Amino acid sequence: MATITIGIMDPPYESANTPTAFRLVEAAIRKGHNVNVFCYEGATALGYAGQKQHPNAVHGMTLEEEDHPNPKEWVKSLLAFATEKNVKLVWCNCGLCVDERGVENQVEGTCRGSPVDAWKYCEASDGVLMIGTQ
Amino acid sequence: MARYLSIIDSAYRATIEEQDDTAVWFTHAMKNGGADISILLRGDAVNYAVLNQDAKGLRFGSRAVKGPDMVRDVKAVIDKKVPLYVVSDDLAERGIQPSQLIPGIEQVQRSAIPKLLENHDRVLTW
Amino acid sequence: MSRYLLIQSKSPWESGDIGHFYSLARDLGQAGNDVTFFLVQNGVMSARNGAKDAAFDQLLGSKIRVLADDFSLRERAINRETLKGGVSVSPIDEVVDLLAGSAKALWH
Repeated sequence: MATITIGIMDPPYESANTPTAFRLVEAAIRKGHNVNVFCYEGATALGYAGQKQHPNAVHGMTLEEEDHPNPKEWVKSLLAFATEKNVKLVWCNCGLCVDERGVENQVEGTCRGSPVDAWKYCEASDGVLMIGTQ
Repeated sequence: MARYLSIIDSAYRATIEEQDDTAVWFTHAMKNGGADISILLRGDAVNYAVLNQDAKGLRFGSRAVKGPDMVRDVKAVIDKKVPLYVVSDDLAERGIQPSQLIPGIEQVQRSAIPKLLENHDRVLTW
Repeated sequence: MSRYLLIQSKSPWESGDIGHFYSLARDLGQAGNDVTFFLVQNGVMSARNGAKDAAFDQLLGSKIRVLADDFSLRERAINRETLKGGVSVSPIDEVVDLLAGSAKALWH
């Protein structure tokens, strides 16, 4: 069992980096590793509890049929998956980034930190991946 | 304690809204916390090494925007003893002369980046 | 010597800055390091047979292990048969394994 820290920056719905990051976290949990995710800048909105689904008239789908992704559900689901696999998933948001974006209302299970916390996660990890944004 | 290298190549992305470059800021915060960390500016981010950057003067209606001070922030990390490297090939490609640079920045050739990576344990790519 | 994981997420047509990342991979490999070059997202576009990316092609057949994310390939309708020789299809798990094994990871 190893510990991996992944830093992410992209807000929801803006970058292919986001699902790739979620895939990495899922794979790491599935393989029995502990994972720290540090959400910086726009990525702090991934766990924002106020995200809502919507129907899609262009697709011709109702709200239920469209089943539009809200990344907050992915966060919740991965936290539950980690519990199921008996590994630790830390989902930590940069506090200042949360404040300036007004996304304090987060799904349960996330926490708040600073770059120093991110550094401590890295120090305690076997591998570190920082996914910057453009 | 691991040695970290922050490689910054994204430039001026959110500097107005954040009033800093968030990668430079993050690195500075890590250093404040005790981390052993260096910065490599490459690509368009080499422009952060240039003196006289000025982003002041924006106003949206009655709301003035203070703006970032990248020269201040770069000088601050240098004063904090964060080694700050800039890729000389990228400076040359952009027509930036050595005389235009903030003092205290070390130029490295692109070909020397592998050696820089070898001298650090962890990499943060911004 | 170290283990490196270089992850290329952009295609050369969306990013004009990709050449340096290919060169870095080559330089690290030539210095004797264990280098994996992992294509993901639009980065897999260069792996399609016939894609004109000469700088990428120079990585193939070298000591560098060039992998392409299976999901990103499928998402772009690039199947194994239409991949350039020297590129192997890989699950994202490979990235996790390398991180767990303390590879130094660079994302581009």
